[in-house]
Amino acid sequence: MHEMSPQPHVAHHVPPTGFIRKHIFSLDHKVIGKQYYGLALVAVLMGMVLSWLMRIHLAWTNYPIPGLHWLSNTGAPGNVMTPEYYLQLMTMHATLMVFFVLTTAPFAAFGNYFLPIQVGAEDMPFPHFNMMSFWVTFVGFLVLVASFFVSDGPTLGGWTQYAPLSAVGAVGGPGEGMGVVLWASSIAIFCVGQLLGSLNFITTTLDMRTRGMSMWRLPLSAWAWFITSCMGLTAFAVLMPACILLILDHVAGTSFFVPGNLVINDQLQPHSGGSTLLWQHLFWFFGHPEVYIAIVPGMGIVSHVLITNMRRPMLSHRVLIYSMGALAVLSYMVYGHHMFVSGMNPVSSLAFSFPTLIITIPSTIVVLIWLGSLYGAKLRINAASLFALGFISMFITGGVSGFFLAQPSIDIMLHATYFVVGHFHMVMGVAAMFGIFAGTYFWFPKMFGRMMNETLGKVHFWLSFVGAYAIFMPFHYLGLAGNVRRYQAFVIDYMQPLIPVHRFITVAALATGAAQLIFLYNLIHSRFWGQPASDNPWQATSLEWSTPTTPPPHNNFGDKLPEVYHDPYQYGVKSSMGDYVMQASPEQVPSEHDEA
Amino acid sequence: MGKFVAVTIVVIAIVSAIPILRHTWWMAPDISQHGAPIDEQMSETMAEAGISFLASQIILALFIWKFSGSRPSDPIKSFPGGAKTMVWAAFLLVGTEVLALGVFGVKAWANVYFAAPAANALPVQVQAGQFAFYFRYPGPDGSFGPLHPDLISEANANFFGIDVDHDPDSKDDIVTAEMAIPVNREIHLLMHAKDVGHSFFVPELRVQQDFVPGLDLSLHFTATKIGRYEIVCTQLCGLGHYNMKAYLSVMSQEDFDSWLKKEAALQ
Repeated sequence: MHEMSPQPHVAHHVPPTGFIRKHIFSLDHKVIGKQYYGLALVAVLMGMVLSWLMRIHLAWTNYPIPGLHWLSNTGAPGNVMTPEYYLQLMTMHATLMVFFVLTTAPFAAFGNYFLPIQVGAEDMPFPHFNMMSFWVTFVGFLVLVASFFVSDGPTLGGWTQYAPLSAVGAVGGPGEGMGVVLWASSIAIFCVGQLLGSLNFITTTLDMRTRGMSMWRLPLSAWAWFITSCMGLTAFAVLMPACILLILDHVAGTSFFVPGNLVINDQLQPHSGGSTLLWQHLFWFFGHPEVYIAIVPGMGIVSHVLITNMRRPMLSHRVLIYSMGALAVLSYMVYGHHMFVSGMNPVSSLAFSFPTLIITIPSTIVVLIWLGSLYGAKLRINAASLFALGFISMFITGGVSGFFLAQPSIDIMLHATYFVVGHFHMVMGVAAMFGIFAGTYFWFPKMFGRMMNETLGKVHFWLSFVGAYAIFMPFHYLGLAGNVRRYQAFVIDYMQPLIPVHRFITVAALATGAAQLIFLYNLIHSRFWGQPASDNPWQATSLEWSTPTTPPPHNNFGDKLPEVYHDPYQYGVKSSMGDYVMQASPEQVPSEHDEA
Repeated sequence: MGKFVAVTIVVIAIVSAIPILRHTWWMAPDISQHGAPIDEQMSETMAEAGISFLASQIILALFIWKFSGSRPSDPIKSFPGGAKTMVWAAFLLVGTEVLALGVFGVKAWANVYFAAPAANALPVQVQAGQFAFYFRYPGPDGSFGPLHPDLISEANANFFGIDVDHDPDSKDDIVTAEMAIPVNREIHLLMHAKDVGHSFFVPELRVQQDFVPGLDLSLHFTATKIGRYEIVCTQLCGLGHYNMKAYLSVMSQEDFDSWLKKEAALQ
């Protein structure tokens, strides 16, 4: 017997008529979702181009890159990147990717578009906050990009912005003055946007579910966005004040993160009383949950996509939800594994090591549930399911390298090496991107009313899958050999033999990056000229496929909100529709898979 | 196409594992007294992670191979034991594995961080600053003079800010740009950051430790093999980070004594 939700409170707003309210300052969660997706697309293209420039520079350090001086005359005189410009591009690459791609696309973009529909609501409860959430995020993006145009360029301190380098001001090096202030301002603004978004996601899930939609009847994607928003609410609420304190150290003469007696350029610095480790604790208290903010939506999306293409529910809906919840909770207890050799008390390192090792248990459960659910399935191979399967492969690979980094004794050898870079690119970079691709190929027909080209989608998968392994597996080998990350050139003697590996990676990165242009072409071409999509092209069950039109109307479900009669994934049944029954269909069918 | 995906996953998994099995790119040979447990821990973790990696990828490939060609009329089968089996498997296999790694790893970590340095360990102070390491030896009196940050001057080659005119302990201190240590003698490394965060990483010595401004930290280790190695910075410290290195020479006690005398004469 399912607990029935109370009659939902509906966030009424009439369909807009003017261009600005309809397309720019829209209150419609679907438009806002697409705006987030567009922002992520711009950010990922920028981040990818920056990674190309970095990779070319790393492989052929003094080789001029034609046209680079157009980006920055001082950063690339004669088209050859300066050491500081490499670090500046690296910092911008990471910041764009982590914040404006991996957080916005799987969480804010798809979540905005589909969470209200999947719970059976007309919109989110606070549409104005929702609109603000996107535009605040967009302002954060503009502030970050503005740092390219200040006199000494963006900050070079990496996306982690460790103090005191980030807090001492321009004396620390190029970009460490105004560049850091803009970076910290951008991230603080971004946090405001995500806090507003998280509030909306949580209230949508808790208060806006339609009649019959109990929590257990929510699709796994909705659960993933809900869990992620709970993480976002607490993680961004810590990063935002940390960034404000960092700004104050620059502009107000405070010393939150700078201790006394520092000497830079033979000058005794005026700061005193601050703590450099304080920044690391604050940053990583956000930073590790951020890994899960990037990946948990992907887990939900991939589960949702796979179930539809396996024509069966997961082995256990609830175990997956409990596991994602466990990941979220544990993510706050493991952050110190980033700080094993930071000077933190060595007993604390052990205290952070055990939860880090334990977090592999819910991760393993998730993987085993996916694998066990594939057993006996009727697996359809299409672009969406290929990327979902690729996600699992990448998640496994990125996950097992976590065994190493969870142990302080091994971290002595691997900390700050390319092993770490390989690990997080696999698990929160490539895997999360594969989740975004799976979601895009799956939901594009609903979002735009047209199908994406499947052949191009499959070519995109093959090149991306093989390419991602060609790029990121060698990173692990480099790390084992002691190749330190964040070096703009390899002048250390023992790293010389590793340069050919970097050249291989660069070629793979350029080719794999170029393959993404196929996706971009497919996206744009299909948007305007793709085959028209039916309301439910994948024979799926959840509420987004029950909308009266495709794309859904302004209020999602027309005159009447749907009523939910089933668990989210009633596949492998015999119904009048075929082997599935939709959540909003009153048709009663017996199912051995009815768990909730 | 499903079968092709399956074959590709298996090929990628095997090809990825080959350089690891062959140690094509691997950790530098250990020259430290404390490093063996770290290397053992690495090998054990590699074996367990490697088996998990290969087994998971092969099972994924196997199921894609077998079930991507299912016909619509085929019945949907459930994995024997269902989700409970998976949960138990995760707890028993992975839980035991990670617990074992965690428990045994404590020993390797404790060797480095929990044991106190021997009373006769040779103290060496290292200061990290943008973008160089400097080393200080206490001289015959065995004591370091205090640091005066306001006296630090690259121009006057007073890298540590020592005051030889007023601090008797500083008079015989020996400051060098290269680190030399005697083989098989414990070193007590006293770490000081001059400006921003840096790190002290010598892969062969199995040590990596950040310099934390405002916090003086220490390390102790014993090198067991004569040779010349590189000390590199692993904490992003500014535009010259990539080039911040120093050499570590491990030498016999006699050679070290003569080296120290020569350096003392240059002060």
